[in-house]
Amino acid sequence: MLKTFSLGGIHPEENKLSADCEIEVLPLSPVVKVPISQHIGAPAQALVKKGDIVKTGQVIAKSSGFVSANIHSPVSGTVEKLEEVIDSSGYRRTAIIIKSEGDEWEEGIDRSPEIKREISSGKEEIIKRIAEAGIVGLGGATFPSHVKLSPPPGQKCELLIINGVECEPYLTGDHRLMLEKGEEVLIGVQLLMKALDVKRAIIGIENNKPDAIKHITNLSKDIEGISVQPLKVQYPQGGEKQLIEACIGRQVPSGKLPIEVGAVVHNVGTSYAIYEAIQKNKPLIERVVTVTGKSVKKPGNYLTRIGTPVSDLIEAAGGLPEDTGKVISGGPMMGKALSTVDVPVAKGTSGVLIMPDELSSRKPVQDCIRCAKCVSVCSMGLSPYLLMALSERAIWDSAEEEKVLDCIECGSCSYICPSSRPLLDYIRLGKSKVGQIVRSRTTQQQ
Amino acid sequence: MEKLIVSPSPHVHSGDSVKKNMYGVIIALLPALAASFWFFGLGALIVTLTSIAACLLFEHLIQVYLFKRPSTISDGSAIVTGLLLAMNLPSNLPLGIIIIGAAVAIGIGKMSFGGLGQNPFNPALVGRVFLLISFPAQMTSWPTPIISRTAYLDATTGATPLSVVKGGLISGTPLSELMAQIPSYKDMLIGTMGGSLGEVAAIALLLGLAYLLIKKIITWHIPVSVVGSVIILAGIMHLADPEVYPSPTFHVLSGGLLLGAFFMATDYSSSPMANKGMLTYGVGIGVLTVLIRTFGSYPEGVSFAILIMNSFTPLINKYIKPKRFGEKPAIQKAYKN
Repeated sequence: MLKTFSLGGIHPEENKLSADCEIEVLPLSPVVKVPISQHIGAPAQALVKKGDIVKTGQVIAKSSGFVSANIHSPVSGTVEKLEEVIDSSGYRRTAIIIKSEGDEWEEGIDRSPEIKREISSGKEEIIKRIAEAGIVGLGGATFPSHVKLSPPPGQKCELLIINGVECEPYLTGDHRLMLEKGEEVLIGVQLLMKALDVKRAIIGIENNKPDAIKHITNLSKDIEGISVQPLKVQYPQGGEKQLIEACIGRQVPSGKLPIEVGAVVHNVGTSYAIYEAIQKNKPLIERVVTVTGKSVKKPGNYLTRIGTPVSDLIEAAGGLPEDTGKVISGGPMMGKALSTVDVPVAKGTSGVLIMPDELSSRKPVQDCIRCAKCVSVCSMGLSPYLLMALSERAIWDSAEEEKVLDCIECGSCSYICPSSRPLLDYIRLGKSKVGQIVRSRTTQQQ
Repeated sequence: MEKLIVSPSPHVHSGDSVKKNMYGVIIALLPALAASFWFFGLGALIVTLTSIAACLLFEHLIQVYLFKRPSTISDGSAIVTGLLLAMNLPSNLPLGIIIIGAAVAIGIGKMSFGGLGQNPFNPALVGRVFLLISFPAQMTSWPTPIISRTAYLDATTGATPLSVVKGGLISGTPLSELMAQIPSYKDMLIGTMGGSLGEVAAIALLLGLAYLLIKKIITWHIPVSVVGSVIILAGIMHLADPEVYPSPTFHVLSGGLLLGAFFMATDYSSSPMANKGMLTYGVGIGVLTVLIRTFGSYPEGVSFAILIMNSFTPLINKYIKPKRFGEKPAIQKAYKN
């Protein structure tokens, strides 16, 4: 039997339109816009100014704290200016605008296609270089990876779980990476195991990717400690807490991190980036982005430099379809709708999904009929109908008691609601308000 | 494309709707409806049409003229209430009484609380119990199946298995003799017995349940806990004294238990939200049903049991929460593989 998580879950149409499309290298854009905040934590500090000449892979913004990440120039050329651009969240954020001239790489970066298998770096060096390479969680959360590799004192990591689930409909980047760069991904996994000092790693892959399961199983059968765990196709299988439970049967307690149950989770895309950083000395300046949608002429997976405008990706996929209503950065369940296609690709951009007009607008909201479907699909065991009602009425203390902060924002409740109620919208509001209250309470206590 | 549409995630929807669920319930009731036409003929048709038409009319009038809001009759919920009310009535009930029942079901049971999703009690049951108390004679005269097909008010009536057993036990007749006077279990399964329109045909109701479950309109928790708790409690009592307490099979196949467990107790807004809550509620209905049937003055207790448990739903929702992820401290066991 396939493993899965224990509570709730849904199965939206998978629509993996680009699953058979090989990763293509997207041509360089003439101008890239590199935001200095592409990760969770403190924004990086820009090290360059107008007129500076930069090389591909050169650090252009420096990590400004433990939870922060370096940013490297994705192209070579001249810094035109620093200006505020709209990013995928819709906010204006400072970005370094670079005019691309040629593609001259920083020295010491190995761009050869040969796979470097031998691992010579030690634990500390791996973590240090992951931090230097600006690697963040590429599954979409963009949490700086080196932080996850440094467990707090007193907590011991027992095993590494690699997220190859890709449970978001439409997205296929991780799938292609496992098929085309499987060996590199596995070297990345070994590097992570070494950094965490663990003997076991489980790669969780949803069963709708039988080719990837087979390929990675074959590649990993001679590597000690690495195994592949096929998982049931059930959203949100790739949620960190859900994946841990599915793989090892342990539930991360409310408000705690995976390390509490002895696990650390990294994405396959992150593993690949770590391989490149350690073995090839290549910082994180590009990633695989799926461009897809039912009306898109040529859905595909593109190896894209950070800072590339989304519009260039759309052009590569055959241009913006006539009937476009919505452009989403990420997948349909958790992705962010873009207000403009000028938004630059960032480290967390896993896909660009173009929704036709008729699927872009929400249906009219009706009264709650108390069908309890939101309760039964919630993979955190919450009562979305109640959390929405409490948030609407601003009853924050009850919302806190009802564990609004446990919500992982997977969107299953809004997806299933027969009355098309904006459950998650209100739950997000509740999370942010209750979060503020909890933080101010902790500050007062100190 | 002029401008892009921006809204928070999720950007896809299951396509489920209130209408789909309501019309799904109606489809699930079709086998039982067909069975009622087969057994009670003209009377069943008149009662069903009157009840549905009256429920639609009252909902429309109240919504449009009292609430001054757009009519909601197209969402299918008034049809469901009308159909369920009809399913709970005898096929020889005079038109006037049916209309009063519909007025109470929709007016008091549903709209007085604000309409769909707001009602604390199952509206159809509110209507039915109102009629049972107000018109006890008409509401307990049950046409005999098949022979009354062309009759309406003048249908030949007879006792239901439950009333035969209840009456017999009160007069001191042993159960083994009474069981000879009622239809066989096979007839009760098919529906050849006296009773309300929708309750007689167990097989038709089971088909309806299968549809409700396959279409994910309801979950198994309420039907299974109601029927299961009746089987267990009636089974224990039957084992204790088989001459006084009827068998679980009798309890399950007679009266409105299956109709109640599958279609009435599962009413969305009057039943609990969490699975554990649904199980508690279902067990409450099952236990109360057996207790009312055995010790109460009415032969049948499903309607009362459901209404009583409806009143506990807010309490159940408050105290019985869904099983939360990561609620219990993680068991730190060594990883084996």
